Amino acid sequence: MTFNMLILGSLAYVALLFAVAFWAERRAMRGRAGWLRGPVIYTLSLSIYCTAWTFYGAVGSAARNGLEFVAIYSGPTLVLVGWWVLLRKLVRIGRAQRITSIADLISSRYGKSPFLGGLVTLLAVVGITPYIALQLQSITLSFAAFSGRGPEDVNDIALLSAIGLAVFTIVFGTRNLDVNERHSGIVTAIALEALVKLVALLAVGAFVVWGVAGGPAATYAMIEASPIADWQMQPARWLGVTFLSAAAFLCLPRMFQVLVVENSDERHLATASWAFPLYLFAMSLFVVPIAVAGLTYLPAGSNPDLFVLTVPLSRGQDELAMLAFLGGFSSATSMVIVAAIALATMISNHIVVPLWLSLGRGQGATMSGDVRHLIIGARRAAIVGLLALGYVYFRTSGGGAFLASIGLISFCGIAQVVPALLGGIFWRGATRVGAGAGLTLGFAIWAWTLFLPSVGDGTVLGAQIMADGPFGVGWLRPQALFGIDGIDPLLHTLVWSMAFNTAAFLAGSLLSRASPLERVQGAAMVNVFRHAAGPRGASSAPVEAEDLLLMAQRILGAREAQRLFQSAASAQGKLGYLPDVTPDFVEMLERQLAGSVGAATAHAMVGQITGGAILSVEQLMRVADETAQIMEYSARLEAQSDELTRTARQLRDANDKLTRLSIQKDAFLSQISHELRTPMTSIRAFSEILRDGADMAPDQRARFSGVIHDEARRLTRLLDDLLDLGVLEAGQVSLRLDAVTLGDVIDRAVASAGELTRLEIRRDRARERVRIETDPDRLSQVFINLIGNAVKYCDADRPVLTIRVRPSGQGWDVDFSDNGSGVPRAQQDMIFEKFARAGDTDAAGGAGLGLAICREIMARLGGDIAYLPGQSGAAFRVHVPTRLGASSGKAAAE
Amino acid sequence: MTNGKRVLLIEDEPNIIEAVRFILSRDGWHVATHSQGSDAVDAVRAKAPDLVILDVMLPDRSGYDILADLRADDATRALPVMVLTARGQQKDREAALSLGATRFMVKPFANADLLNAVRDMAAGLQTGD
Repeated sequence: MTFNMLILGSLAYVALLFAVAFWAERRAMRGRAGWLRGPVIYTLSLSIYCTAWTFYGAVGSAARNGLEFVAIYSGPTLVLVGWWVLLRKLVRIGRAQRITSIADLISSRYGKSPFLGGLVTLLAVVGITPYIALQLQSITLSFAAFSGRGPEDVNDIALLSAIGLAVFTIVFGTRNLDVNERHSGIVTAIALEALVKLVALLAVGAFVVWGVAGGPAATYAMIEASPIADWQMQPARWLGVTFLSAAAFLCLPRMFQVLVVENSDERHLATASWAFPLYLFAMSLFVVPIAVAGLTYLPAGSNPDLFVLTVPLSRGQDELAMLAFLGGFSSATSMVIVAAIALATMISNHIVVPLWLSLGRGQGATMSGDVRHLIIGARRAAIVGLLALGYVYFRTSGGGAFLASIGLISFCGIAQVVPALLGGIFWRGATRVGAGAGLTLGFAIWAWTLFLPSVGDGTVLGAQIMADGPFGVGWLRPQALFGIDGIDPLLHTLVWSMAFNTAAFLAGSLLSRASPLERVQGAAMVNVFRHAAGPRGASSAPVEAEDLLLMAQRILGAREAQRLFQSAASAQGKLGYLPDVTPDFVEMLERQLAGSVGAATAHAMVGQITGGAILSVEQLMRVADETAQIMEYSARLEAQSDELTRTARQLRDANDKLTRLSIQKDAFLSQISHELRTPMTSIRAFSEILRDGADMAPDQRARFSGVIHDEARRLTRLLDDLLDLGVLEAGQVSLRLDAVTLGDVIDRAVASAGELTRLEIRRDRARERVRIETDPDRLSQVFINLIGNAVKYCDADRPVLTIRVRPSGQGWDVDFSDNGSGVPRAQQDMIFEKFARAGDTDAAGGAGLGLAICREIMARLGGDIAYLPGQSGAAFRVHVPTRLGASSGKAAAE
Repeated sequence: MTNGKRVLLIEDEPNIIEAVRFILSRDGWHVATHSQGSDAVDAVRAKAPDLVILDVMLPDRSGYDILADLRADDATRALPVMVLTARGQQKDREAALSLGATRFMVKPFANADLLNAVRDMAAGLQTGD
């Protein structure tokens, strides 16, 4: 078979893959995925676990190490058969939380930690890149073996393969940003490749057993005669590899992609849990016969990693060899494609986007066109970059390492995720700090003791370091940590890295506190099954309807909820209050509740009961938001109602005050009317008498004129007082402040009080010599009033008014006391009211406003005036502040 | 035209007393006065006037109380009483009439009106006899 034929065959096969992928993609887009999304395709897609390493390498491994390759298969089988509960939990979590990758799972579990997401992504890229290189190498080697040329001559093949794989992956892996990150085309193509692999290996195996050895019995004899029969099991390494393969099955990004992300139905796992181990069994069935045949019939020194290809070739079975070649090609390409998609998703979501966001470019834009372009661009670039990196690694490492050892190095690196993963989904106490510490430490030990030494002898770590440790520190020697020497390097790394990783994870988790988001996520993941018993509507137990009714009653109120449920039940043709819990009813109920508590909360509450929904963190946060909004709203209502109550009280108070004022005003007007009408009555009566009476004695006429004149003056005084009081009460009075001696003010008042024919005034002028700052006119007005009152009301035979000044507080008390009978006790309280006139009005002649005016004036002057009870006669005390505003608390009376 | 009838004026304003006394005296009335509210009822009983002119705003007792007392006593129940007040609102008039006032007159008044009212009351008294 010519080299060109080989290329042509490969290209045809690739074209077929493109066609299948296109076809599946179009069916899926039309919504007719059908069996393409069924359990068979799902199980076959898991076969990307079997890469070129397993296709070619298992035989190589068997030829070198006997049955150790079985451990590579036993790990996944153990997980699928023995621990499929774990897988179901992973798938449930992945679907509930819309997990896109293993990095996303770790990041989500530990409070959406960008650091952990980035760390796992980095770990995966570093661990998987050699693995991609391994696939390119296997393609190249198989090309070389097939064509009979040297490996150096076909390096272009590796480049071409890398380019071709990049194109295929970009076309089908990054066409759109699916919410579920599912890729129907690729999964279908991979399933096809899985069949090709299996058929090819079985065909070669059958050829070996029946075509080369001559039947099962002969084959058995051949095996007995080979070195494999002498193989001794190394229990530690066997256990280690089993553990690694189990871990890889769970944690490898490509496995997580097909196992969790591409899973469309949890029930497919049930099929896969028996079908995939069967697939693995079939894949391993003929490994030993092929290896033994290669060892027996091929020349010594032949590469056992290529026995699958070279055994048929040596027998001239070109068509069979071509099938084997395509099987190997399928193994390599399917792994590279899915790994590239998974890693590209991780790189774009956990490295590029966080960086972009932290640079402040993404403010406000969430999944808008901008970000979509960014993510798709980043994924395409990542795919190209990963394949380029793989190619470079392949060219620089020079293919010196055995294929299988690269695979196990990769497994060991990715196994570092196991503590954080298992701890995260089974232990609520796991924290971000613990996960970060464990991952970092495990990753560092793996890189130092296994990965870096593997990158070609002396290329990264010099022979010096390998032998003596860095800077001569012996216990840090990469393959003899802590001075423990002579262990298998893989086991050495596995034990140390997992021990430190797990210890750091546990210690970090126990010593740190989880953030609220972490705790929510932890609970959601650890208890993922507690929330959900089955798909919505599958069970319609009456208990559930009753639960829904109880909940609805709390939100809508008993009557409204019962009405709702009853009408729903009667719509279903049922009596009573409990309808069947159909999806329609649940949806209707959610809508009703959403009106009261918000859509997210309603969905969450109904989901809790029907078990159909698992809450994502975003939903929980929305629930919290809604609750906060409702609380804020009710707080606002409460405040409003408080304010209304306050306003109502104020209105009532104001109304009371107005009513009081109105009554006062009526009384005042009535008083004014009376006070005005009284002098007017005399004036009118006497003026009519004078007008009508011509026959009047002159002295009588003069006397009546005098009455009219007095009453007119009385009216004038009354009006003046009213106006004065009005001005004072309105506070519009302007004071003319001046510094004066108190005695001078009293002098002025005594002088203007008129002729004191009968009243004797006694003063102590020495005490009156105090300086005050006040309005002297207004103060003397008060004094005049008091002196006038004494003149009017003092009923002693020899009336005497004593004026005495004494200091008081920050001012002076001026007492006016006479020797009359004083104000009767009953009237003492009201003498300062308007129109309150003590005793007989005959003598008073005033309007009854004098003391009211005095009180107003003293309030304006910062002092006050009060009646002094318990004196021998009428006594008033006027308090005058030294300066306006100096008196404490007595200013602004009323 | 002196009819010799006696009128008792219960009023506290000296100038008004003088004016009313002058107006009625000139018409032939015998005018007695009383300026305290507290013993006004006793004064009425003692002086037994033919009619009474009663102020409302007295210093120590309301004219309404006095009127009520007069109407409660058989001796004075039919006695014509004119309420003469500076409070001229409708409610004051109603209060006075409901208590049994014969006439209600507001200050200030026209002298002629006062005189006519007193004459009418006196005439009513005669017809009533």
